Amino acid sequence: MSTEAAVVEEVKEKKAEPLFSKKNKKLISNPLDIDNPVTVQILGVCSALAVTTQMKPAFVMSLGLTIVTACSNVAISALRNTIPSRIRIIVQLAIVSLWVILVDQILKAYVYDVSKQLSVFVGLIITNCIVMGRLEAFAMGNKPWPAFLDGMGNGLGYGMILMILAFIRELFGAGSLFGFKVFASLGLPYQGNGLLLLPAGACILLGSIIWIQRSLNGYRESH
Amino acid sequence: MRQSNIYIILYSAAITVVCGGLLAFASTSLKDKQDANIALEQKKNILSSVLTLNEGENIDEIYAKQVKGFVIDYDGNVKEGKKPEEVIIAVEYKKSPKDRLLPIYEFRNDSGKVAYAVMPVYGYGLWNNIWGYIAVKSDFNTVQGVKFQHAGETPGLGARIESEEVQERFKGKSIFDNGSLTSIVMQKGEGHDYAKDIHKVDGMSGATLTAKGVNNMLKDYLACYEKYLKKNAGAKQQSS
Repeated sequence: MSTEAAVVEEVKEKKAEPLFSKKNKKLISNPLDIDNPVTVQILGVCSALAVTTQMKPAFVMSLGLTIVTACSNVAISALRNTIPSRIRIIVQLAIVSLWVILVDQILKAYVYDVSKQLSVFVGLIITNCIVMGRLEAFAMGNKPWPAFLDGMGNGLGYGMILMILAFIRELFGAGSLFGFKVFASLGLPYQGNGLLLLPAGACILLGSIIWIQRSLNGYRESH
Repeated sequence: MRQSNIYIILYSAAITVVCGGLLAFASTSLKDKQDANIALEQKKNILSSVLTLNEGENIDEIYAKQVKGFVIDYDGNVKEGKKPEEVIIAVEYKKSPKDRLLPIYEFRNDSGKVAYAVMPVYGYGLWNNIWGYIAVKSDFNTVQGVKFQHAGETPGLGARIESEEVQERFKGKSIFDNGSLTSIVMQKGEGHDYAKDIHKVDGMSGATLTAKGVNNMLKDYLACYEKYLKKNAGAKQQSS
């Protein structure tokens, strides 16, 4: 009996997909590169321009969006077989709002100054196309674990672009990183470039990043 | 089954109840912490209108030791039994000036004398409400500092009222001119030198309407505080 059970278990293990199979790994790595939500799909640009003057709010925003995307993906994926298709968008919105408000409340309670800087943008994660896009395109048709990875991947892809933008903007715009005066501590005089701190400067910078990334991975818009 | 109306109605009702319940729970359990943050923020704003706060200073301690808050009415009389923390400026702003409850925060130096008086101000900018604090020195005339905040001014233009660079311009200006309330007026255009003019400050390029809102706000609220300021300034002159 016991040997039989062991054999059955083994077979089962072989059949079950490993947690980090090639396919699952791609769910994380694709959004970082050839399927990046910001630079390839051009989603979430509004907040990417608005919260990237400094590293700290950009980091918190990325974290917030990653948590929201991953958690809503899991929730919707778990419910996907029960959701009536006629009201699925409303159900998705309700779940996304739930997570967004939770994140907002927690930020207000524990990192009040950052929450003030992010102001409306945390609330606007609700309308962020990345979140709704992943729910509709992925979570509605996949199991919770891949949906979680997909949410993490897209959140990280968005976060990566935000951090790159914030790094350049804070370093060359204000001469600091995470509020630490880099140039001043090295004893170098540095006059911050004010353009980088304005939304217009961020737009130009983001445009350049999109250009660089697309020429690296060879992505073309299909007509 | 999944498409029937009853199922849809029940499903949406269940989702609403579950989400609503979770949010209500989160909101009530985090409320104390959030309120504490808001109170601390207010103290920080009051203190930073009179002095430069360094990172890591104990705001609660300085505030408790040196700031005494009370509420006055339009005639400058102290309203007993009212706590300044409980007065909501946004609500008072909607009343006519004579009916407003006016909180005052007096910053006292170590010997117990009033060094600065901090007055909350509230008004309307270009797009939405603006508010802040104006602090005067012990002559109840010279501005020690201002602190402005806004809800929706244009970033890079009107939103600059929040920046230290703009707030610095108000330092050392005077509210009264030979005993009559003149307030301080932010001018149109930027880059002019108003160092000699004690009632004018340099404007913000591209944000003339926000500046107008600031001017109205100061004029409106300083008029409310006029009697209090004059009373104290007069008392001081008599005693000296």
